[in-house]
Amino acid sequence: MARAATTADVFNAVAEPRRREILDLLMQGERPVNEIVAQLELGQPQVSKHLKVLREVGLVDARDLGRMRVYRVNGRGLKPIHDWVSNYERTWSERFDALDVVLEELKEKEARDDES
Amino acid sequence: MLTTPSDTEIVMMREFDAPPELVWKAWTTPELVSRWWPGKRGTMRTCEIDLRVGGRWRYVMEAGEGGYEVAFHGEYREIVEAEKLVNTEVFEGAPPEAGAALNTNTFEALEGGRTRLTMVTAVDSIQVRDMIIGTGMETGAQEGLDIIDEIVAELTADGRASAAR
Repeated sequence: MARAATTADVFNAVAEPRRREILDLLMQGERPVNEIVAQLELGQPQVSKHLKVLREVGLVDARDLGRMRVYRVNGRGLKPIHDWVSNYERTWSERFDALDVVLEELKEKEARDDES
Repeated sequence: MLTTPSDTEIVMMREFDAPPELVWKAWTTPELVSRWWPGKRGTMRTCEIDLRVGGRWRYVMEAGEGGYEVAFHGEYREIVEAEKLVNTEVFEGAPPEAGAALNTNTFEALEGGRTRLTMVTAVDSIQVRDMIIGTGMETGAQEGLDIIDEIVAELTADGRASAAR
């Protein structure tokens, strides 16, 4: 199944630890660039570069607050990651259920072996 | 039960009504793994397990009827029988730069002959991305990460609130 390139880009975007730090910080509330710089102890150019990537993939958006530009997380952009994790969980739940069946048989076999 | 302590770690926990020795056996014996690993999603075509430190494993599943093949392989890093198994995991549809996930499985004996399995997968987001593209996994799952659902709900509420201001 082909998927939109932007979806892949979301994973690329969060693959960078610094960008995850920025996302974590913005999860707590919207912030202007200088506050992100101060809190993460990163250089302004770096932060701006990371914000640009995050905005391009739709994980972060910006709005004007008075004379300030503030950045915030766009939760909908996280959906592909959420979907993948959900799918992963379902896959393993199915495996574990099948493993339960295998284990029941192993236990029965052991019980029989003990009797003989 | 699934939790995500960080963006690159996924933790699954599950209790089984069997002692660790049996869970270990079911986890490391090819003919047994072949019966549970595909879940409901297909049939095992290859199940190779060389259970030694530095030994390799390879699982190949055919998804659906006459569907595509999904293959994983890796190497065992740490083996403590019926207690702990650490191995790498590579999805064969991904480009080499995607790297490997590292799985740490612990088998903990509980009272009443039960076992708690804890499975920690440290996975690179890039690899996750490639798994999605490579395996054609369907999206739109209903259950799962409630926490992100909550965040999404909060953010959209915040968005509406700030738009209203």
